[in-house]
Amino acid sequence: MNHTGGYVADPRIRAIEWLPWAIALLCYFVAPTYLPLGSYVLTMIIFALSLDLILGYGGIITLGHSAYFGTGAYAAGILAARLTGEPLIGLLAGTLAAGLLGLITGLIILRTRGLALLMLTLAITSLCFEVANKATSWTGGADGLGGFTIQPILGLFKFDFLGKTAYVYCLVVLFACWWLVRRLVYSPFGASLTGVRENNVRMHAAGAPVYRRLVIAYTISAALAGLAGALLTQTTQFVGLKVLGFELSGELMVMLILGGFGRIYGAFVGPLVFLVAQDYLAKQFPEYWYFGIGAMLVLVVMFARGGILGIIDAIIARLRRTQS
Amino acid sequence: MSPALETQSLCKSFGALTVASEINFRLEPGARHALIGPNGAGKTTFVNMLTGRIPPTSGRILIGGEDITALGQAARVKRGLGRTFQINTLFQNVAVVDNVAFAVAEREGIAWRMFRPARSYRGVLDESMALLDTLGLAADARLTVAGLPYGKQRLVEIAIALGLKPSVLLLDEPAAGVPSLESHRILEVLDALPKDIAILIIEHDMDLVFRFAQRITVLTQGTVLVEGTPAEIAADHQVREVYLGERHA
Repeated sequence: MNHTGGYVADPRIRAIEWLPWAIALLCYFVAPTYLPLGSYVLTMIIFALSLDLILGYGGIITLGHSAYFGTGAYAAGILAARLTGEPLIGLLAGTLAAGLLGLITGLIILRTRGLALLMLTLAITSLCFEVANKATSWTGGADGLGGFTIQPILGLFKFDFLGKTAYVYCLVVLFACWWLVRRLVYSPFGASLTGVRENNVRMHAAGAPVYRRLVIAYTISAALAGLAGALLTQTTQFVGLKVLGFELSGELMVMLILGGFGRIYGAFVGPLVFLVAQDYLAKQFPEYWYFGIGAMLVLVVMFARGGILGIIDAIIARLRRTQS
Repeated sequence: MSPALETQSLCKSFGALTVASEINFRLEPGARHALIGPNGAGKTTFVNMLTGRIPPTSGRILIGGEDITALGQAARVKRGLGRTFQINTLFQNVAVVDNVAFAVAEREGIAWRMFRPARSYRGVLDESMALLDTLGLAADARLTVAGLPYGKQRLVEIAIALGLKPSVLLLDEPAAGVPSLESHRILEVLDALPKDIAILIIEHDMDLVFRFAQRITVLTQGTVLVEGTPAEIAADHQVREVYLGERHA
């Protein structure tokens, strides 16, 4: 279940990789009342995939990825409020806006590493947050941006009250993102990212333009995050300042670590478990549900560095050993 | 014919501390040249300046007659400068063959490709496998580096550098940390390296130096003390005093 790429790795899709899609389709029919939560989970999976690309594969530790998610969300929202509510154009606008911001900021911050880089990612998120907070005529400031309508997808599928269209829309977009990320991970470019994560000094000595390669990876990741943000705007028909918050970056990191980073499907499992647990715990223990999330994270970090998927890998390995 | 690698009046100071002063050094094409010197002589600083990890304070570095002083690490590699590290600097959790393939892909300029699977670039994989085979590592190709004994990891260091098809190869203590029982294997590999590569070996093990090198440069306190054939160096009383003296007193 480990997807590390490289020149010997088999890039063909394994049977088990269809499981998440089967589950997602099943949810559509079995749990119609949970579709809005489902759409949010799918959106966050795209966001987590974007983080996995740079954190899990490129080894860039960031607490500022909401800057790009938020930029995509506001770009789609402002476009819908001012110009057109056409959803695919909105997605494109969110992706491009965040990608451009990713390129510009990446060129600056990726000159540093480690703690300095981490602080710079935080700073960028704070800057974006303040811009959105102050530019009230465009963003609505603290009140948020709403009141726009998103047109039917391709002129055919209207966003409905139950969130059925939104769910399928998110699922299709996630599928496209997953396919893209998977291709990238198994490509020579993905292999070189793994090289940078594993040993940056050696990568330099092998003649790799490490900085430029990280900037490109960062840009692609930012664009994907922006796509996820735009998707959230369109499916909820609202943008609030929270999309640019530091808290969201932190939660995203927690989700990815919980699922397991550098393995593609950790970005699926993490948001699902985190958000479903959050939903459940918030209903059962409305006052201290965050305690449950915290406990879960502590356990994973202490005992299972590979996240939930790492635990599953270990169990499978042990079963195989006892069989042979 | 211009030397494969040359430095002219190379200097490096950190504040008031001078770690390299006026180093004039020539590495001829196809040479087997050793750089020796006591601890703190400035060998590592010299290598780091050659590869571009740290900039010199003054002086010039040339590869094949071309001034590369202002170029970054990657650009120097592209011009034929390969290196190994004194302490293993490998992709630990990656297959041995991928360690080499990453380097081959960079040399071939395909590491930017984003769409086709890496595995479909058969040439990279075949070349990497062939290279491992010549170093006797073919059987370990699919294992992760972390699972290899230290001596074999030292060979992977060399394999990665060879994957870059260098014209100049800097070997930074290739036998460091290898048990003496296994070090003969490293020497075999060194002896079998292509003759057209100019090799500069930085080494503490005098037996290895005198067996391998045709020329030896002795560095002390950041400056060249003497250069000559192994016989000349062994007979030089200055060298015996500052360096070999420690062992042959």
